[in-house]
Amino acid sequence: MNFETIVGLEVHVELKTDTKIFSPAPAHFGAEPNMNIHVTDLAYPGTLPTLNKRAVEFGMKASMALNCDVAREMNFDRKHYFYPDNPKAYQISQDDRPVGSNGWIEIEVEGKKKKIRIERVHLEEDAGKLTHSDNGYSLVDLNRQGTPLIEIVTEADIRSPEEAYAFLEKLKAIIQYTGVSDVRMEEGSLRCDANISLRPYGQEEFGTKTELKNLNSFNFVRRGIANEVERQEKVLLSGGEIVQETRRYDETTGQTVLMRIKGSANDYRFINDPDLSEIHIDQEWIDRVRAEIPELPDARKARYVQELDLPEYDAHVLTLTKEMSDFFDATVTAGADAKLASNWLMGEVSAYLNAEQKELHDTALTPEGLASMVKLISDGTISSKIAKKVFKELIENGGNAADIVKAKGLVQISDEGTLRTIVSDILNANEQSIEDFKNGKDRAVGFLVGQVMKATKGQANPPLVNKILLEEINKR
Amino acid sequence: MNKFTEEDVRYFANFARIAISDQDAAQFSELISELVGFGDVLNEVDTEGVKPMTHPLQLYNVLRVDVPQDVLDREEMLAGVEEHEDGMIKVPNIL
Repeated sequence: MNFETIVGLEVHVELKTDTKIFSPAPAHFGAEPNMNIHVTDLAYPGTLPTLNKRAVEFGMKASMALNCDVAREMNFDRKHYFYPDNPKAYQISQDDRPVGSNGWIEIEVEGKKKKIRIERVHLEEDAGKLTHSDNGYSLVDLNRQGTPLIEIVTEADIRSPEEAYAFLEKLKAIIQYTGVSDVRMEEGSLRCDANISLRPYGQEEFGTKTELKNLNSFNFVRRGIANEVERQEKVLLSGGEIVQETRRYDETTGQTVLMRIKGSANDYRFINDPDLSEIHIDQEWIDRVRAEIPELPDARKARYVQELDLPEYDAHVLTLTKEMSDFFDATVTAGADAKLASNWLMGEVSAYLNAEQKELHDTALTPEGLASMVKLISDGTISSKIAKKVFKELIENGGNAADIVKAKGLVQISDEGTLRTIVSDILNANEQSIEDFKNGKDRAVGFLVGQVMKATKGQANPPLVNKILLEEINKR
Repeated sequence: MNKFTEEDVRYFANFARIAISDQDAAQFSELISELVGFGDVLNEVDTEGVKPMTHPLQLYNVLRVDVPQDVLDREEMLAGVEEHEDGMIKVPNIL
């Protein structure tokens, strides 16, 4: 029997506000334990939550960017559970009236485009962090308690681990463009759980699903889902039944491991939170927030392909992050050839960033700097080989390519007379190679070109060297 | 309201980590059914077309500007907890 994979994702994204969603304590990653706390975060008696306006607007903005309907009337609800990561013993969340609903984003896998529907986007608070020790106790840090989150829940539209990966990549790009979150999985500002089930092809009804947690990178999401699909397949094929349970992905073994059997949703005892007012959102507020959303990745991608004639692949890679896309736009505006600028950003620049574990803004490279170099390549002033030297200087110390070329004497030698003299000298010193070439050894030319490049420290114009070299050999 | 069954009692007792005997389950089933029954009178009211009320006061859009203030001093906070370590509150391990 063949099974169809059915996956729905629940993605938590931390919002980049200055304060928490229900208290005025600072909300940012990396502070000393319990330094970003407010009496409300500790649920001291008599304290009341106060709703952060920016968190609401960020929730609206993310909802709009994900093509959701924005709620006109919404409220907050209490979701009860007992655990030391939340002293109130309930999480403030949104149950039946989320800020966003009925959205979608488009993904592309193996050249096929597909819409993944988003059921809802709701606002809620994050919980504190527990560090467990071996000797029977845990240490509680409440810095994260109350950090604003949006939870994005997809419909069960995802049909493969690759689609899940593509969805997350696209979601991350969109959210990052809106500026409401850093969406850094390694810092926990993006977290993902996957609901996975199988059904025989042709069957309408969904099978029993399991929830997969601890997916700490997009690659682990892909591998975790693949592994869980494999596990469920084995269970079903051997006549067993899938139990509704929560499983954890173990990065070291690549397997999924049972965490707990799920209770039902009613156990959370959802009630409206009477400490917070209702929120009414009018058209004017919606329009104001919508006006702040920048051009999103899909629109940029289309513009790169249609207006700048870039290949789809380039357009995709350049728009994965807003920083790269903004940088590319500015480089083209500064006068660089679009395809050359794209090649450098996807090639040397990305390789440098990966090797150094840096982001563009950590380097000295500016769009104007890159454009100045691309222009020198376009007009033949420097070869791509020389450009690599110039690039190293640009990305490490900044500045302008023309100045670097001048200061370091890196201008490409394109003067025929100068090159002809150098070529003659090289030929005089390598009579054997001329002989070899005339005997049909084409490789000899490569050797001679190499000698010329060496003599000119790589500054000779390569096509010109080739041409002159052949002319001079034939004269002999 | 349907009867609050013995099975319901055992189900919730389990979630509240309360050990309960069969005899108690039977007794609480009766008692809780009766208590919940008091609320049933509300079901007689016709609420067709009435919007759910989420707050007793007609207040909306009570919002705070996103500016940090009133951060609690950590030492002051830790002075009020039984045990702490490295600036963190020490609690018994639960799971």
